[in-house]
Amino acid sequence: MQTPEQIRDRLLARFPGAGVTFVANPGASAQHSLLLAASEARAIAEFLRDDPELALDTCSNVTGVDWPEKEIVETIKKNVPDPAGGPDKVVEEKMKKTQPGCLEVIYHLYSMSRKQGPVVIRLRTGNRTDNVTLPSLTPVWRACDFQEREVYDLFGIVFAGHPDLRRILMWDGFKDHPMRKDYVDPDDFEWEPTPHDDVLERAKEHYPAAPVTAAPTASPTPEGKA
Amino acid sequence: MSDAPVITDSERDELRRHGIMLTSLGELAAWGRSKSVWPLQFGLACCAIEMISASMARFDIARFGSEVFRPSPRQADLLIVSGTVTKKMAPQVIRLWNQMPDPKYCIAMGACAISGGPFKQGYNVLKGIDRFIPVDIYIPGCPPRPEALLHGLIQLQEKIKSGAPTAGAQSARPGECVIPEFGAHDLEPSKDPAIWQPPVITRGTS
Repeated sequence: MQTPEQIRDRLLARFPGAGVTFVANPGASAQHSLLLAASEARAIAEFLRDDPELALDTCSNVTGVDWPEKEIVETIKKNVPDPAGGPDKVVEEKMKKTQPGCLEVIYHLYSMSRKQGPVVIRLRTGNRTDNVTLPSLTPVWRACDFQEREVYDLFGIVFAGHPDLRRILMWDGFKDHPMRKDYVDPDDFEWEPTPHDDVLERAKEHYPAAPVTAAPTASPTPEGKA
Repeated sequence: MSDAPVITDSERDELRRHGIMLTSLGELAAWGRSKSVWPLQFGLACCAIEMISASMARFDIARFGSEVFRPSPRQADLLIVSGTVTKKMAPQVIRLWNQMPDPKYCIAMGACAISGGPFKQGYNVLKGIDRFIPVDIYIPGCPPRPEALLHGLIQLQEKIKSGAPTAGAQSARPGECVIPEFGAHDLEPSKDPAIWQPPVITRGTS
């Protein structure tokens, strides 16, 4: 089995100038992946499938990730010379940067014929709002069909070239994409007998206004279901 | 009925010991009805597996007269909501309920059918079927064991024998319930206020 770095080098030799980036996984599993540019993704996918050494004939899993916009604080240390002639002072400067958000789709590929895998490839959209189209890999691996529909349903990534791109879990008239980080679910928290954390905050909005003169009592006493 | 001779339960038992059985037609009908509750053959999730298990030889729901699982709601008396009711499935469940003839009974089997269970805070699960359908018997458990389902069924039989009206007849929607539409963000309506109101919780001010 070739390592992801070797596959990247082979891809760059085969597709000069193509956007293929190695994405390291720092975790214990060390399951590194390859980030592909959307424009060449279809050609690269066909190469991965048809190449006799890799023969990645099976797509076992397609999943999505939502990367919201993130503010990063970078600390830069600077040496400022002391005007009095003493040793240099170290001044820390904090730079705030906004890392743009994107949606990502991940494919896990295996080879049944050569009994090897997985090779993990990723595609990223331009942003999270209006540039969310990625090429569909269903024409390459038929198994992606339902899973790409699920990613479309729950994350809102539009797969260009998909033969039947409809919602699969939620109904057709549904407007939201529930697996996105900024999804707000409908406000039906009026009956939460044992609320905690976020649910407690949502449930509190439905609490009746507390009487002004009431003495503080012990912990909430939820009553049984009527 | 008012001028009928009053017979106490102990007198009736005494007569029964001597081979004389006294009853009324209504009581007889209720007894017969309680021993032939025909459930709708209809499962939603893992609770349905327990329901199937209850109908097979080891637990044998036939001992209680409920082995005739009907594949048509027109012939069923009992809707066992056995499992997670997703928002996408909820209108179909309510439609089945509306198609059942009166008198009809509803059992909410398992945590999901009662409240949404472990999926309560999910985006796609109804937080309890009692938001749309009046429920007679709640069976807690995740999933409830077949014995629990049989216990729930016996409780329902006691209710039928006692002559108490069904939960549906007592509710604001006897017969037909509101079938929600698929909205842009949720079911519309997301609950039927005539059937379900959040129970009042008294909480401390802290």
